Amino acid sequence: MIIQALVFYVFATISIASALMVVSSKNPVHSVLFLILCFFNAAGLFVLMGAEFLAMILVVVYVGAVAVLFLFVVMMLDINIERARQGFKQHLILGGSIGLVLLVELVLILSSTFASPDAVAVASVPIPNIDDVHNTRALGQVLYTKYVYLFQACGMILLVAMIGAIVLTLRKREGVRKQVISDQVNRTREESVEIKKVTSGSGI
Amino acid sequence: MLEIGLAHYLIVAAVLFTLGIFGIFLNRKNVIVILMSIELMLLAVNINFVAFSTHMGDLVGQVFAIFILTVAAAEAAIGLAILVIYFRNRGSIAVEDINMMKG
Repeated sequence: MIIQALVFYVFATISIASALMVVSSKNPVHSVLFLILCFFNAAGLFVLMGAEFLAMILVVVYVGAVAVLFLFVVMMLDINIERARQGFKQHLILGGSIGLVLLVELVLILSSTFASPDAVAVASVPIPNIDDVHNTRALGQVLYTKYVYLFQACGMILLVAMIGAIVLTLRKREGVRKQVISDQVNRTREESVEIKKVTSGSGI
Repeated sequence: MLEIGLAHYLIVAAVLFTLGIFGIFLNRKNVIVILMSIELMLLAVNINFVAFSTHMGDLVGQVFAIFILTVAAAEAAIGLAILVIYFRNRGSIAVEDINMMKG
């Protein structure tokens, strides 16, 4: 129990500290790297809660795809850091006060008991015993049966996002020589071969 | 203190969510950091879902967290694509330059 508490506090502290660094770091590249650290520690929290599949998905999807995408974009764009930092001080006061008020409100809500003890009894899909069915299998058994339409809708969302990202960033460049296959196939002998009569001893 | 319950996870998620909002206010000129703050807020929501899922013994919370993950990934991809074409057209991503559609 003590080890669990210790691990929780380590993960929670590192993830909150790195989230703070994400928003306050000068260099956007550092922000992305701290974001990766934050996601790793959140994945640790997920493991601690017993959601191993989601933890691994978090590492694969967020760290492997989204954070690397951010890193690519940050490095590709030439950001004027000095200009982006303008007005940091006065935003600090406004944002800090709003954040503080929100945090106090959230903690006030959380400190009251609001989860009914009877709620466990009415779970629509109770978590099976971990010795019988492990987490990944249990999730799959729900996801592919009861929520299969939502799962398909997720696939459609990803497809639309993929097509959208490609269409948005696709551009026609001027002055680039490309292979046009239809032109190559439609060439005729008349327009590509020229027959000259050469008299012997004179050249063309 | 040593007994880790639902409230501990919820408070971690609340702090992460607040940091996300704080980041949006703090980096009002930098769209990339704003997008990262949105990712932080979505992560906080996911932690809430999983915490309630394990506390209530209901697997649906984790299923929903997967859906949120999907939407977050799609949102990041589209947002960054818009950012790239915006930078290509204007040569800057400062928020106050995004005013071409102002009436």
